[in-house]
Amino acid sequence: MIQTAWLIPIFPLVAMAAIVLFTHRHRALSAGISIAAVSLSFLWGWSVAVSVWGDPTVHRMSFDWLNLGESMYIPIGIQIDGLTGMMLVVVTTVALMVQIYSLGYMRDDPRYSRYYAYLSLFTMAMLTLVLADNFFLMFVSWELVGLASYLLIGFWFEKQSAADAGKKAFITTRLGDLGFILGLLLLYTGCGTLTFQGVFSAVDSHVLSGGLLTIAGLCLFAGAVGKSAQVPLHVWLPDAMEGPTPVSALIHAATMVVAGVYLVARSMSIFLAADRAAMVVAWIGIITSVMAASIGLVQNDIKRVLAYSTVSQLGYMIMALGLGGFTAGTFHLMTHAFFKALLFLGAGSVIHAVHTNDIREMGGLHAKMKTTSITFLIAALAIAGVFPLSGFWSKDEIVAATLGHPIFTVLTLAVAFMTAFYMFRLYFLTFTGKPRDQHKFDHAHESPKTMTVPLQILAVLSVVSGWIGLPWLEHGFSSVVFHEHPHHPEFHVVWAFIAALVGLSGIGLAYMMYYKGSIDPERVRARATGLYTTLLNKYYFDEAYSVLFVRPYYTMCRGWFWFDQHAIDGAVNGLGRVSVAWSVFNRWFDETFVDGAVNGVGWLTRGFGAIVRHLQTGRVQNYAFIVFAALVVLWLLQ
Amino acid sequence: MGILTFLIFWPALAALVLLFLPTRHAHRAGWIAAATAAIEWIASLWLWFGFVPGSGFQFVEHAQWIPRFGVAYQLGVDGISLLLVLLTTLLTLIGVASSFSAISASRKGYYASLLLLETGVIGAFCATDVFLFYVFWEAMLVPMYFLIGVWGGERRIYATIKFVLYTMAGSLLMLVAIIWMYQYGARSGAGTFNLSDWYGYSIPPSTQVWLFAAFALAFAIKVPMFPFHTWLPDAHVQAPAAGSVMLAGVLLKLGTYGFFRFAVPLFPQGYAALADTIWVLAVVGIVYGAVMTLIQSDVKSLIAYSSVSHLGFVMLGLSAMNLIGASGSVLQQINHGISTGALFLLVGMIYERRHTRQIDDYGGIYAVVPVFTSVFLIVALSSIGLPGTNGFVGEFLILLGAFAVRPIFTAVATVGIVLAAGYMLWMVRRVFFGTVTRPENEHIRDLGFRELAVVVPLVILIIWVGVYPRPFLDRINPDLQNWLQRVHASGPCPCGINKTTASTLVPFDTTGAIHPASGQDGGG
Repeated sequence: MIQTAWLIPIFPLVAMAAIVLFTHRHRALSAGISIAAVSLSFLWGWSVAVSVWGDPTVHRMSFDWLNLGESMYIPIGIQIDGLTGMMLVVVTTVALMVQIYSLGYMRDDPRYSRYYAYLSLFTMAMLTLVLADNFFLMFVSWELVGLASYLLIGFWFEKQSAADAGKKAFITTRLGDLGFILGLLLLYTGCGTLTFQGVFSAVDSHVLSGGLLTIAGLCLFAGAVGKSAQVPLHVWLPDAMEGPTPVSALIHAATMVVAGVYLVARSMSIFLAADRAAMVVAWIGIITSVMAASIGLVQNDIKRVLAYSTVSQLGYMIMALGLGGFTAGTFHLMTHAFFKALLFLGAGSVIHAVHTNDIREMGGLHAKMKTTSITFLIAALAIAGVFPLSGFWSKDEIVAATLGHPIFTVLTLAVAFMTAFYMFRLYFLTFTGKPRDQHKFDHAHESPKTMTVPLQILAVLSVVSGWIGLPWLEHGFSSVVFHEHPHHPEFHVVWAFIAALVGLSGIGLAYMMYYKGSIDPERVRARATGLYTTLLNKYYFDEAYSVLFVRPYYTMCRGWFWFDQHAIDGAVNGLGRVSVAWSVFNRWFDETFVDGAVNGVGWLTRGFGAIVRHLQTGRVQNYAFIVFAALVVLWLLQ
Repeated sequence: MGILTFLIFWPALAALVLLFLPTRHAHRAGWIAAATAAIEWIASLWLWFGFVPGSGFQFVEHAQWIPRFGVAYQLGVDGISLLLVLLTTLLTLIGVASSFSAISASRKGYYASLLLLETGVIGAFCATDVFLFYVFWEAMLVPMYFLIGVWGGERRIYATIKFVLYTMAGSLLMLVAIIWMYQYGARSGAGTFNLSDWYGYSIPPSTQVWLFAAFALAFAIKVPMFPFHTWLPDAHVQAPAAGSVMLAGVLLKLGTYGFFRFAVPLFPQGYAALADTIWVLAVVGIVYGAVMTLIQSDVKSLIAYSSVSHLGFVMLGLSAMNLIGASGSVLQQINHGISTGALFLLVGMIYERRHTRQIDDYGGIYAVVPVFTSVFLIVALSSIGLPGTNGFVGEFLILLGAFAVRPIFTAVATVGIVLAAGYMLWMVRRVFFGTVTRPENEHIRDLGFRELAVVVPLVILIIWVGVYPRPFLDRINPDLQNWLQRVHASGPCPCGINKTTASTLVPFDTTGAIHPASGQDGGG
């Protein structure tokens, strides 16, 4: 299997090409091809992952993409280790679930084939990203997942907001990619190669070290900040919810947005050697996490709550990695992928039923859609970190990673509290209580099997996927996905207990406010209007960016264009005008003096002639007179 | 008769036939031109397959022309010009085929001009005698003058006069320098215009500066480099679509080609003295062009300014003066020709339907013309250098090369990549996305078969170069290696830094770092 692992991204690539070139007129066929391809990737991916499970060797295959002398050698290839195996499992599983789910969700869409072509493009690129054995190929696929994201966010391009969101996502992440590119340039210049192996051995042997290494690390991290929606480039992810909900689940929750986390995890050698860069990573992570979680407390759009939750959880992973918790970050990446995909697909099922995103128009939906409700509840419990669901185990590792940094520990627990609260606020407002919009409630219905079966499968994974990290397991997660050395996680009973308690109290508060009604949310809101408004407006990031960057840039463009037209082109045209003026002058000079001289000579000649012609009158008397006069003169002279 | 002579004069011959074509057959002019260009293109493929990388000038032809002054008819192509010649024949074919429905007035003259332009451009790329080069360099202005001035837009006269005068004025100093070089050779023997002989001259550095400046000015206007770029938007906006394709795709490349072929290797020390200026102008051009685009309301002038930015990258790669940068630079010349050529082509197609190029006159037409939009999107993405397309390969190599020499400058240039995404996607957003805002846009025809046939080859090239550029780079590189040796051999390294720093920066310990990665332990 491992020898043919390069086929894993090829299947969806072929599917995309087939749909675009041949079958785009046949909806069912296009979807079938796409799902068949991702199923193959799924089987291949899982068997590769299983075969590297517990196998410490790193498998590599590469070929020379460019080989033009020693100063220009860029091989590309794939590399399979525990981390890649885990990512393959995550990506192929969620991709398969989402593609099946989309059969139902997108059933009535006129651009069904195109949708599956884009999904296949994304799957191909994402699988390439996790398989890549070098930064170059990783960057290539990194941009291609960004393209797929752009196309899918703007899938319903008639909607102005969707079209804007796609553009915003692409440009914002590209800002981060600016850093990524510079990081690549630095690494290539410093290490002479872009393969993971080459770069990391150069880092280990201090070929690249000190300030340059720190800068390189920060540059790479800038890419991660863009892709994984960390502060200050997080603003695109909530807007990206304009895309179809299965896309949000696949790209903007489970896979593409964790690419940044994956990048940091992959580059762990760099961050371990550059501890200042690592500290920046940790701080960005926790700030993002706290900020996004607090925004999530007050949002009313079901998908936006989940989006901020995603940003917040990504912050968790980034922070853990920054603090050196390699296994914690990657473990949480995996469990989060499953329960967050489930949450999004559950939200999609709800939206499919009630045709609104606003939780204020929902309520009591448990009665109408039991499968959706129960699976959503399981996911919410998992993200809240309730024992023994997957989130409990991974969140515990995150808390463990912060030990020794009290501020981080406290903030991590605060985020855990907020997460549990907003998630259950969402659950209670959506599924319990009385319907707040009777009309929508009456038309609600459980989604078709194509949608509920993926929910059930993901629910199972949300429960059990944490168990491969059980501390007392012989070949647990950390003995397969590790940096440098396989190890056994330490299980901190006290901290696990505290974290669980914090989660439960968040749930409890939500229960009192939104289920029992013993605390009135309106009164809480009235108490803290300023804070509430700030949170509701997401800390005014978009507004600030507009005032600080977008509009000044636009003004600058206008100014430069004025300069271009008036100064530079003005100089060119001015030079032209000077030439014209010069030639006008020349013409005057020419006509007056040069031509004047010519004419003058003529005039002079004529004038002279006019005088002289009196000598030649043709009359004999005159001639005789002249002869006589001449003789007189001669005689006198003598 | 050699293949190069055929390539140069076959279009001219056809143009002559076209001019004498009886008026009652004028409507066939397009087909005659297309057949001519197709034969030309097929013939040029001979170069691709027959080319032996790294053996200097090939397909060489030599004949006396004006022996008294040492002027010879002398042709050859190497890795620097090979792909440019191929690009020219392809774009001419595409330009001709795309004009069938766009041009209805005086077809004979139009197609004759296009073909004569091809003659001039290929001649300039193939000439290895400087006098001959100069003849072609000036001669190609004439057909371009007519293309813009007769078949152009409203302000065509202004644009075409500006274009011709600007270019000619720039060339005059080059002519002086050429004559100086001839005299210099004549002093120590028989005067000649043979480029290979000129490479051997050892000219005092202080003189080289002036000579380089004279050549560089002519080429910088043609590229165009900031601040000599203002003729470009005017010319592009006014030119007919095929004229823009040729202008952006091929004519601008004569500027960058001139730097590679003449200015830099003839006067390496002169270049070294002015290298800093070129670095700065290249970086300024990249950012400046990108900033300009955002404010444009006309799609064509947007693309024109983006060309200023992209050609800044080409000059940046040249400035790096190392193999990666130079290869990227030569490749990016081709890439820009493909991508920007395709963009102008597509803009021309939509112009034929709606007779406007204002961004605001469109909006939401994705739903109306999905195929057109998809093709446009691919081309636009290649223009902004998305990985998997040609633009990325060129830009990345250029950045790799330049970064090793001047990291800060290169970092600034990288900003151009982000800005590019901004202006391109914003334009795409406003033209294609959203709902259809104007009733007259509701029933635009999507691309027809002929139009697809014209543009698909470019799309294929975009992806081919993007995914597997080796066939192209393998042809470019060996000659560039020799080129670099020639430039570096003469005196101080002209890249602006001294050699020891460069070597510690660039080819790092390749033995240790690279080879373990090439997969001995793979496949377990």
